[in-house]
Amino acid sequence: MSTDARKPPAQIALRIRRALGGKAGWNGVAVQLGFAAVLGWIGYEIIANARTNLETQHIAAGFGFLRNNAGFDVNQTLISYTGSDTFLRVFVVGLLNTLVVSLVGIIFATALGFVVALCRLSPNWLLSRVGEIYVEIIRNLPLLFQILFWYLAVLAALPNPRASISLFGLVFVSNRGLVIPRPIGEAGFEPFLAAAAFGILASLALRIQARRALFREGRMIRIWPYVLGLLFALPLLTMLVFGAPFALELPQLKGFNFAGGARIIPEFVALTLALSIYTAAFIAEIVRAGILSVHKGQMEAGSSLGLSRGTTLRLIVMPQAMRVIVPPLTNQYLNLTKNSSLAVAIGYPDLVSVFAGTSLSQTGQAIEIIAMTMGVYLALSLATSLVMNIYGARLNRSLGA
Amino acid sequence: MTDVAAPSFVRQELAPERPAPVRSTGFVGFVRARLLNSPTNILLTIVSLLLLWYSIVPAFKFLMVDAVWTGKDRSACLAENAGFSVGACWPYIQAKLPQLIYGFYPEAERWRVNLALVLAAILLLPLLVPRLPAKGLNAGLFFFAFPVIAFFLLHGGGISGFGVSWTAGLLRLFDDSIAGAGEVLLDLGKGSAIGPLLWLIGKFIMLIGAAISWLILPLTWLSDRIHGTGASVWVDFAVTTVVVSLIAFMLGGGVRSGWRAVGWSIATFVAIAIVIKLMGLDRGGLPIVPTNLWGGLLVTLVVSVTGIVTSLPIGIALALARRSTIPLIRIFSIAFIEFWRGVPLITVLFFATYMLPLFLPGNFSVDGLVRALIGIALFTGAYQAENVRGGLAAIPRGQGEAAAALGLSWWRTTSLIVLPQALRHVIPSLVNSFISLFKDTSLVSIVALFDLLGSLRASFSDPKWSTPSTLFTGFAFTGMIYFAFCFGMSRYSLFVEKRLNAHRRN
Repeated sequence: MSTDARKPPAQIALRIRRALGGKAGWNGVAVQLGFAAVLGWIGYEIIANARTNLETQHIAAGFGFLRNNAGFDVNQTLISYTGSDTFLRVFVVGLLNTLVVSLVGIIFATALGFVVALCRLSPNWLLSRVGEIYVEIIRNLPLLFQILFWYLAVLAALPNPRASISLFGLVFVSNRGLVIPRPIGEAGFEPFLAAAAFGILASLALRIQARRALFREGRMIRIWPYVLGLLFALPLLTMLVFGAPFALELPQLKGFNFAGGARIIPEFVALTLALSIYTAAFIAEIVRAGILSVHKGQMEAGSSLGLSRGTTLRLIVMPQAMRVIVPPLTNQYLNLTKNSSLAVAIGYPDLVSVFAGTSLSQTGQAIEIIAMTMGVYLALSLATSLVMNIYGARLNRSLGA
Repeated sequence: MTDVAAPSFVRQELAPERPAPVRSTGFVGFVRARLLNSPTNILLTIVSLLLLWYSIVPAFKFLMVDAVWTGKDRSACLAENAGFSVGACWPYIQAKLPQLIYGFYPEAERWRVNLALVLAAILLLPLLVPRLPAKGLNAGLFFFAFPVIAFFLLHGGGISGFGVSWTAGLLRLFDDSIAGAGEVLLDLGKGSAIGPLLWLIGKFIMLIGAAISWLILPLTWLSDRIHGTGASVWVDFAVTTVVVSLIAFMLGGGVRSGWRAVGWSIATFVAIAIVIKLMGLDRGGLPIVPTNLWGGLLVTLVVSVTGIVTSLPIGIALALARRSTIPLIRIFSIAFIEFWRGVPLITVLFFATYMLPLFLPGNFSVDGLVRALIGIALFTGAYQAENVRGGLAAIPRGQGEAAAALGLSWWRTTSLIVLPQALRHVIPSLVNSFISLFKDTSLVSIVALFDLLGSLRASFSDPKWSTPSTLFTGFAFTGMIYFAFCFGMSRYSLFVEKRLNAHRRN
């Protein structure tokens, strides 16, 4: 009367079922088929409608328009551009302008954000309140509001170029923007560049060497005198030998405007100010949370080992805090880059403004232009999240998790 | 042992009085410990005092002391007329206040906006106080009934049919589209190498279309008959009530336990009937105010409330789909979420404004505000999905397994066990998303909608009020409105967070 052990069910069939329909099995497959049908139907409707609509509007689909002449001017270009260049060049010009304003904004935002975070963490009650007020006010006002405030109210309230505010006769601030001296390369430029590059590389190598000595043999090597020498003394020396690397062309007030010097358009100034002030508030909160996330005992353990407060902060607290800080910080950098698209509100010629704005209204190629613009931002954010995933994986490995 | 003389000492006089210890409590102690305890700290205190002095005093002077409070036009706010360097020009705000709140909404109809705002406040406030009862009913009213009522209140207009005609119309549209696709495939099949195959698929799709049209025939017949009668709305309404109540009765468990569901369904329909009757929707409703007349705070609130109400279901659906094990659904939702999170909102708004009309049938035009709303709902929905997913991940596996052990289906497990806990976990991050949504509504001013910021910008161009301080006054006033809303929401999120973590406090 013994019962035979039942045969285990065929694994292959189960696996296939699982792979095709997930835990729901064949029901899942049915759901997927229905879903695919609905998606297909929506896709068909979109394509059919777009085709008829484009036909009635007499717009030729495709990217051929990129080779046409743009015919409009852009008031800030990093590469040479005239109205007779193509739309493709407009795209590149806009992209470069976006990248420039993002990069400058990121640098300022990081610096300001760390300062504000340190203020908020300061044992000084008043200073931490000042930091808190800054963060609360800035975070609770829309970014577009702040951009418009700087552009329309503050920069427009500045005096005209004739009465512009001058800082040491070098930089002039007026309602036409910022005028700064322009460096012009001279004979000693190339040796200077070479020396500076060598200095940077050599100090990096020195640092790696010093860390290796510290971790392998426990020897502390004092490298900062050499680094200072490499970074500053060497370029200075080349300047003495080969002559000045560049001359500064000072701006001169001629008539109603400035001649010479480089002019930074007010849109750029307003956008950079607003973006960095806004993002700094968020960065400050991230940095503060990161530093607070390191347990108090770490600081105490460091001082019980005889390390000074600064060394403990640098070697023990910050590396652990950075682990918490870096992922959201990158997120903020990405947000800043995406937010730079608000430039369109004040007419700074970034990608959205010149490409999705002016070019779109001139050509009417809505699908292609918006797809390209979205594609750029999407590529940026996907690349960032890829880098962050790799970083996270490395971090997990180094933690031994 | 006793002969060892113990050195004894007895103090003869009182010990000298020691100075009292430095106070470490109270205001003085606080100042000493937190402000002036070291030279660096003294320096920092002085710097912060200077910072505060140079920011608060001028701001106060501008807003209060030097401000002009009354006047008819710009001449009141000019320094030569006022006799002092003028700060804020409040008469300008007084003159522009209707524009900043209602935009160009007709003056005679503004009571509708006020009524909608009051309704929203009445429904929202009890929802925010955790102690008050009937959260389910309250949430249902706010999230489902209020948007519909607000639409008919703000936009106006009536209805010409009800459930039956709407369903019939929608299904007919769907059927036409399928038949159209079949015909296109047949056309394509004529000159192509894989013609027979395309022909076959086309015929098959047309067959499906025909089958569907037979299936929906009773419904379309009914809807046509209803339109033939005089009071089509009420007949349609009655038929819908009967049908929906019957379905609720069946789903609720038939004779055994379906009466409760029927009761709810009939109560809901009675409420709907009262609303229809009160607003006269069957007789054309209130006069229509097209959305291009809307503006100011009204648009800001409409966009943000619609975004909040629509993004949450989208977010929940996407989050559940992303955690699903069914491959296609998971992949689709990952792609969808990552796409919307990867692009800036302004390109989404451009997409909704310029690209969406191309994707819709030519005779089908979508209102500019609705287009922006669709873009914002999809954008915010993707962000909410990630928030909800965080909450879902925080629920221990045991909860779902226990529910499965009790024999609950996936739908019941999710809706009764997992989601309520998950959503409660993520209320703070949901509210934070709402804050950024509220701030982001200012972007609609770029696509030619006049929200609060857009109205402000439009009011700057009025020559009647152009003075040196107009811009700063306008920004100060609008800034205060934005700040009040965002700050209120962030405090509320902190309050909820504290409440949620109350058990962990010690």
